Amino acid sequence: MAVWKLTTPLTDEDIEKLRIGDQVYITGTIYTGRDAAHKKLVELIEANKPLPFDVKGQIIYYVGPTPARPGKPVGSAGPTTSYRMDSYAPYLYALGIKATIGKGARSEEVKEALKKYKAVYLGAVGGAGALISKRIIKSEIVAYPELGPEAIRKMEVKDFPVIVINDMYGGDLFLEGKKKYHVE
Amino acid sequence: MKVISLKDVKENVKNVVQKANFELNEDVINVIKESMEKEESPEGKAVFDQLLENAEIARKEKLGLCQDTGLAVFFVELGEEIQFKKEDGLESLSQAINEGVREGYKEGYLRKSVVEDPLRRKNTGDNTPAFIHWELVPGDKFKVTFMAKGGGAENMSAIRMLAPAAGQKGIEDFVVETVDSAGPNPCPPIIVGVGIGGNFETSALLAKKALLRRPLGSHHSDPFYADMEKRLLERINKLGIGPQGIGGRITALAVHIEVFPCHIASLPVAVNIQCHSHRLLTFEL
Repeated sequence: MAVWKLTTPLTDEDIEKLRIGDQVYITGTIYTGRDAAHKKLVELIEANKPLPFDVKGQIIYYVGPTPARPGKPVGSAGPTTSYRMDSYAPYLYALGIKATIGKGARSEEVKEALKKYKAVYLGAVGGAGALISKRIIKSEIVAYPELGPEAIRKMEVKDFPVIVINDMYGGDLFLEGKKKYHVE
Repeated sequence: MKVISLKDVKENVKNVVQKANFELNEDVINVIKESMEKEESPEGKAVFDQLLENAEIARKEKLGLCQDTGLAVFFVELGEEIQFKKEDGLESLSQAINEGVREGYKEGYLRKSVVEDPLRRKNTGDNTPAFIHWELVPGDKFKVTFMAKGGGAENMSAIRMLAPAAGQKGIEDFVVETVDSAGPNPCPPIIVGVGIGGNFETSALLAKKALLRRPLGSHHSDPFYADMEKRLLERINKLGIGPQGIGGRITALAVHIEVFPCHIASLPVAVNIQCHSHRLLTFEL
């Protein structure tokens, strides 16, 4: 297991070196989105309309943070369960999203999309939203403010810690990890 | 006759919804620490470390332990002899609880995670309505337990109407299957609430009530069900899912079972999955 420091936007070369189980620290801009925002994004894609941000090389973090206290960039901000975005994710990977961050397992369709478009799925620790918020230095809503916690935010992160769950080679850390510790 | 002011109810609710979301209970922290000792996977141990660090930060900075600060679920034991005093425009007990949720979630910078219609999905903006379960009890007891229940773990819950012939084995297999198919999704290490018996709706409620038992990891008073809890925890922790699903010895922190009489034709079983961020707080007036 390697340790990598990556800066956004990500390139094909960044993705090619990542393997399941690798620890990655991300610095730069990431975008957030969960169920409601994804529905809107995919409606735009299907209608051939422009998206609210340029997705090329970018990362989408599946999160709906708690409101920020005064003077703080963000509230508690851990990952939400990713499978709910499975039906939408391949559209975004096809347009150049290089990574998504969440918790929980992905569908076969998403794993295929990772191989096809050279991308990865990264895991953050679910239920550690207070700890994770320390790595987010700025956050602003860039689309759909009416969705409240589900609005799309642009975040500046520094050494944001994630683990590679699914790489572009078909690897799956959840399957491998379970196999290792499973007892009949 | 005991008289309780609705304003006091509201103020207490406002307080517990915040405190529960910022401060992980000591019994939960203890079980996390004990389980961490048993975890064989170094990556799994690292997850436990982060959960403990997270709890420290949340408590000190009054930040949500998790960004999903939950549906506001309440279990109310309501003494039949109590009278409630209307105050501050509060006309009913249910209104007082809902007002406490509204104010507490705002004041505590907690997330508003409720949509007003399941299909049209517009956020209610204040985390109401509260989900209140009433139990009338004799006397003048007034006990309110709040649980902040996140969506991720709740989504992995399941219910099945087994035939009585399925018996103990059928129940245990269903519980283990439910946890196995949930895999990494509900934020393991999880807590498993199991409701056995009752009818369709009461089994689900029993499963949730099982999560209320404290301290976390204590066993059912009936040795038969205490043994079943131990056996289920052991089977679940052989699955290998591990903390966050990345592989490890500890998939669950505890299994709690609650039971109730049921129909001669039925053997209902419900499994309510709870994440490690087990946010629970009680007040009495």
